[in-house]
Amino acid sequence: MEQELEIQRNEVRLVNYIIRRMLYAIPILIGVNLITFTLFFVVNTPDDMARMHLGIKRVTPEAILKWKQERGYDKSLIYESAEKGADKFTNTIFFEKSTAMFFFDFGRADDGRDIAHEIKTRMLPSLAIALPVFILGLISYITFALIMVFFRATYIDLWGVVLCVAIMSISLLFYVIGGQFLISKLWHLVPISGFSGGLDIGKFLVLPVIIGVFSGSGASARWYRTIFLEEMGKDYVLTARAKGLPESIVLFRHVLGNAMIPILTGAVVLIPSLFMGSLILESFFGIPGLGSYTIDAISSQDFAVVRAMVFLGSFFYIIGLVLTDISYTLVDPRIRLE
Amino acid sequence: MFLTDIMPFKPVILWTDSLVYLLLIVVIIFAWYVRRNEHLLIPWKRVGHSVSGMMALTVLMLFISIGLLDTVHFRPALENNNSASIEKIYDVKVLSLFDIIATPLRTNIEKTYSAPFATHLYSKEIIELPEGGQIREFPRLKFGGSHLQNPEKQFSTDIAWRTLEGLCLGFSIWVISVTLLVKLIAYKSGMKFMPVLSIISRGETEIPWKYIFIMAALLLLIFGITLSLSTHYHIFGTDKVGQDVFYQALKSIRIGLIIGTITTLMMLPFALILGITAGYFKGWVDDVIQYIYTTLSSIPSVLLIAASVLMMQVYIGIHPELFDTMASRADLRLLFLCIILGVTSWTGLCRLLRGETLKIREMEYIQAAHAFGVSHWRIISRHILPNVMHIVLIATVMEFSGLVLAEAVLSYIGVGVDPSMISFGTMINSARLEMAREPMVWWALLASFGFMFTLVLSANLFADAVQDAFNPRVKTLRLINR
Repeated sequence: MEQELEIQRNEVRLVNYIIRRMLYAIPILIGVNLITFTLFFVVNTPDDMARMHLGIKRVTPEAILKWKQERGYDKSLIYESAEKGADKFTNTIFFEKSTAMFFFDFGRADDGRDIAHEIKTRMLPSLAIALPVFILGLISYITFALIMVFFRATYIDLWGVVLCVAIMSISLLFYVIGGQFLISKLWHLVPISGFSGGLDIGKFLVLPVIIGVFSGSGASARWYRTIFLEEMGKDYVLTARAKGLPESIVLFRHVLGNAMIPILTGAVVLIPSLFMGSLILESFFGIPGLGSYTIDAISSQDFAVVRAMVFLGSFFYIIGLVLTDISYTLVDPRIRLE
Repeated sequence: MFLTDIMPFKPVILWTDSLVYLLLIVVIIFAWYVRRNEHLLIPWKRVGHSVSGMMALTVLMLFISIGLLDTVHFRPALENNNSASIEKIYDVKVLSLFDIIATPLRTNIEKTYSAPFATHLYSKEIIELPEGGQIREFPRLKFGGSHLQNPEKQFSTDIAWRTLEGLCLGFSIWVISVTLLVKLIAYKSGMKFMPVLSIISRGETEIPWKYIFIMAALLLLIFGITLSLSTHYHIFGTDKVGQDVFYQALKSIRIGLIIGTITTLMMLPFALILGITAGYFKGWVDDVIQYIYTTLSSIPSVLLIAASVLMMQVYIGIHPELFDTMASRADLRLLFLCIILGVTSWTGLCRLLRGETLKIREMEYIQAAHAFGVSHWRIISRHILPNVMHIVLIATVMEFSGLVLAEAVLSYIGVGVDPSMISFGTMINSARLEMAREPMVWWALLASFGFMFTLVLSANLFADAVQDAFNPRVKTLRLINR
């Protein structure tokens, strides 16, 4: 009876805590919104943007007005004195463009399409590449780090670290260009780029996933190695060795289990951001995800899309932060929910 | 008569140049200060004992000297045809000291693509024969290997001779500089020349001079070979408009170094002031600063940078009157890029500094200072700042290589340096399209890869050495592992 009550109380506390963390995310999201508003509408006025878009020299005031009307930028920034009552604040750019983002209404892109709809259809291709990279990456980096730690202070460890530093020192662009050249152009193993929704999706995904995993391996494996080594210095490892346990059991059962807490909780923050995809991989491999959408928007200077992506990216990251907090409390019983 | 009337050039100090000079002064003052304080010198001595760190530093020194030579800018005077006017006319093109040294590389412009060490163009062209008629053939290059009468026969012997020449040159420079350095070391330690030399060759010195000399030998030999070959051949080929790729790769070094260092210079004030104030004053100040950096860091950095750079492009686009030369416009864009990168990347260091300050402010000596009525400003500047400097230093060196890599990605996305500026990013970007050409043009990618990898790898290795020497936590780790 006592125990059940205690468990119930803990559950209530956990729910309360989660709600509190979510509420804490709201002011941050408002801050992000203010930053994007300042960047996109205050630093340069809509007039400037129109002039930039329409060509700087030969541009008539009528053309600028038309450009602004098409996008709904022909209003006051924050306060419209001509209107009455609440309309003074609602019939403004700030209200219509920035506040609407909280309800995932991002308006229309320059080509007239609805941004929110575009985002919905492009999320899955992004996820199709980002999720395998994330999961395979986590598994292979941890394995690599464990091997280095198992053979620590030997030549295997030394050369492992050297390899990590070398991998870190090469730009992702070289991996992509080199990989495409070697595997697709020279050996004809997989198509250079492209995407399909059907079952043959695999052949398009293999190369970008391999490149994504490999290019991140240097920094991550080295970082996990440091975490494992730090864990090795703790007292419980000494106790386990004193009991006479073989080194492999100490490493794979005791150290791995405890080191997984910082590694996994550190990875949780990235999970929501997987929806955003990868800018470089998607644009090089022609995958119609959010990453290539962003790159296209940047190169065609489609401000509405860039603004939407900035907001969406922060939104996912903040969800990641909340999830991290929750996962800490679930994994580590020492953390108190106060 | 003014000095400017005699000089055949007009010095130009671009915005980034002045910041580089400022950085140089800061580094010199810092080095002088460290030399005078034994306790500050100890971790630096540890850096000096690291073999990989010092070898990396040797390479970095070469890169830095090229970058510094490329920073001294001026506009050369033009021949004045109109004798009536006394005023001198200066070229609109801004050159650097490095451009003057590399004049043959800069001015030997071919028609279009040519492969490394090629004597002929990479594509066939229709050539009018002197006796009438036309043939399609690979035409000779204007400069690459133009001194050869019969390229097919003379080519390999010429390359071999020039390589040998370069090796001799590199070796003699090495011998001279090593002799001078060993003499200096001998003079400082009060020993004779020969014993010092034998100690060094056995690798028994504290600073790994042996490995530094080996690295320097390698670099100088490469330097000698490139020097003797690059004046007569395009050792990394030429690009689409016939410019020497080797020259472009050398020019990219300055941009990489500037992005890596000036960004940190821009970031430090934010991180230091906000981080220490938050940790020191706590309460609502801490809340506000934490809110600011959480908000900023929650925006994905690439997107924030892209958005800011887009807005900067709009601003530069509608205010063309602000810039007198192409170089100054490209330079201002580079400066803005550094500022934007700095403003978006201070949050990580700020968080670290806040945490450390929170720890330090509870120390007894700070409490004692409070009890004596020492002012907040004095406590922060005398007692807290020196104790967090190691974090700042580690963050600075760790950040450098990441920024050099980031420049390439940003230029690819289209929000990097000005497209008219030669940087690693713009080089890779154009090389990407050349790889898809038939027949393939691969040398620009090879050159940018080689230079960028060397720069970033040596920066990473040096950063590791600095971190090992300064980070107390890593040191304890080392002890445990033994």
